[in-house]
Amino acid sequence: MTGDHSVVLIPVIFFTAALLVPLCRRGSRRWPYWVALVSSLLGVAASGEALWRTLSTGEAIHYHLAGWRPPMGIELIADPLSAFFCLLITVVTVFVLWHGRSLVESETPGKAVPFYSCVMLLLGGLSGILLTGDLFNLYVFLEISSIAGYALVAIGDKRAPVASFRYLILGTIGASLYLLGVGFLFMTVGSLNMGDIASVLQTRAMSPVEISALLLIVLGIGVKMALFPLHGWLVDAYTHASSTATSLIAPIGTKVAAYVLIRALFYLFDTDLVREGIPVMNALAVMGAVGMLWGGVLAMAQTDLKRMLAFSSVGHVGYIALGIGLASPLGFIAAVLHTLNHSVMKAVLFLICGSLRQKLGDNALDSMNNSLRLRMPWTMAAFTLAAISMIGLPPTAGFFSKWYLVLGSLEQGKWHWVIVIVLSSLFSVVYFFRVLERVYLRPQEGAEEEPAPARDESRPSMLAPVLILSASLLLLGLGNVMIVNHLIRPMLPAGF
Amino acid sequence: MVDFIHDNYAYWAIMLLLVIGLYGMLMKKNLIKKLIGMVIFQNSIIILFVTAAYKWGATVPVVDPGRSTDEIANYLNPLPHTLMLTAIVVGVAIVGVGFAIVISIYRNFQTLEEPELLERMK
Repeated sequence: MTGDHSVVLIPVIFFTAALLVPLCRRGSRRWPYWVALVSSLLGVAASGEALWRTLSTGEAIHYHLAGWRPPMGIELIADPLSAFFCLLITVVTVFVLWHGRSLVESETPGKAVPFYSCVMLLLGGLSGILLTGDLFNLYVFLEISSIAGYALVAIGDKRAPVASFRYLILGTIGASLYLLGVGFLFMTVGSLNMGDIASVLQTRAMSPVEISALLLIVLGIGVKMALFPLHGWLVDAYTHASSTATSLIAPIGTKVAAYVLIRALFYLFDTDLVREGIPVMNALAVMGAVGMLWGGVLAMAQTDLKRMLAFSSVGHVGYIALGIGLASPLGFIAAVLHTLNHSVMKAVLFLICGSLRQKLGDNALDSMNNSLRLRMPWTMAAFTLAAISMIGLPPTAGFFSKWYLVLGSLEQGKWHWVIVIVLSSLFSVVYFFRVLERVYLRPQEGAEEEPAPARDESRPSMLAPVLILSASLLLLGLGNVMIVNHLIRPMLPAGF
Repeated sequence: MVDFIHDNYAYWAIMLLLVIGLYGMLMKKNLIKKLIGMVIFQNSIIILFVTAAYKWGATVPVVDPGRSTDEIANYLNPLPHTLMLTAIVVGVAIVGVGFAIVISIYRNFQTLEEPELLERMK
């Protein structure tokens, strides 16, 4: 219907909405919200169409901006990988916005307009990162999404600006290192177009300059992805941002950085060289594995639910990095599948954090007891399902991505990764059952005298997205064979 | 060795700037000094692009009747310079956001020194 234009429409919709939101504040108080929601729905439609078309034709959709052919002009590319990620981030955004309708107003009063504007800017930047076929353009989109991300984090509690400042400093180091790497590549290859660079790099041996370019790009994107030793910004940013901002940034922000890593390591550079010549992949796997354990250990020590989930995010970024680091088809499938599953799981968990915060006032674990089970039975059921999926019990989605990761490790005879995966799953059993034990078993203080608390479920507009997303965890788990065969296998790079 | 240093003196200066910027961002205790470090860091990368694209004796990429267009040494590649214009704009935007965040930190805690800030955040 829209021809090839659906590709360019995705970022354009979001950037237009980012401008429309402040303009329409003069209308009804609700307008900014509806503009944001409708634009995200349009984004879902456009990315869905792009994904469907690229899967059915089996070819990537190339869109040349302003009609300039690459390598002179910038091109946008929707192949199964990028279109899939676009669909993922837009769908998650729709659910988060749906849930955040009253939450944004109540948590950050008077800041709804800049909030929705920044959300649209973030989405525009992230979808641009996913679609662009030009390395410098990717840098610009990376910075657009980062700036929106800093602003979103800063709209939070009293300490949020400090967390946001730390994020800004580290994020800028990451983006600048990436730019430095792009500069090195440009100096030796003479092009910025990814396809062009790949065709040059994969036919000859890499020079030391190109190897340092690769390392700088991995390091820079590693900061954005919160890979283990570079994750310093993530925890404070997630803890102090408002609930809706966290539930938006946590599922999609680090995943898009993971996409850039996949794109660079599997499509841009010569995969054989990256795998064997220089130990980048091994280093990624080790960093991922250490991150899995580190995130799990620190998550067990937290007394705040949101902070605990932030540490568990560090761990789960490690799973994705380990999948990439295996550098095999099974590892690739595990990385992409875990990106999908973790986005949905983390969205559910952080949305529930928002619902709880509205009812209880905070997310402290100490204040949770079995009255919550009686007050909010459905929300707690969704929490339990998402927690089980995070731990990785069948038939929930989380099990299958871990399963592919284990298969990929065994295929290469790397038993130590299996031990790490099992150990980190045990850690998540511990930290999630700490919460579940409180919610389902721990009686309220002095509960004998007081009557049982009345049913006090969160409002339908907040309950529905949580329930739909958590039910989809079961569907994603049961349908994982279909997802892997029809969606992820077509993404595999040509060399595999 | 001396020749290597002499021929690449611009790159040595850029490397020095890069390290100074990184030091400022990571080690300085004052938030404004951190931002200054960030600006130095970003600008060193911008200068790197511009330096790498420069050629002695070459001119702007507008056809000059006195110079042959067959010889690439006669003309500069304008792309890195244009890219850096964009990078400068991006850098300015980030510094702007950085200052806005610093102002709101000051409003909340009345200090910009990191140790004091951590003390008051408890």
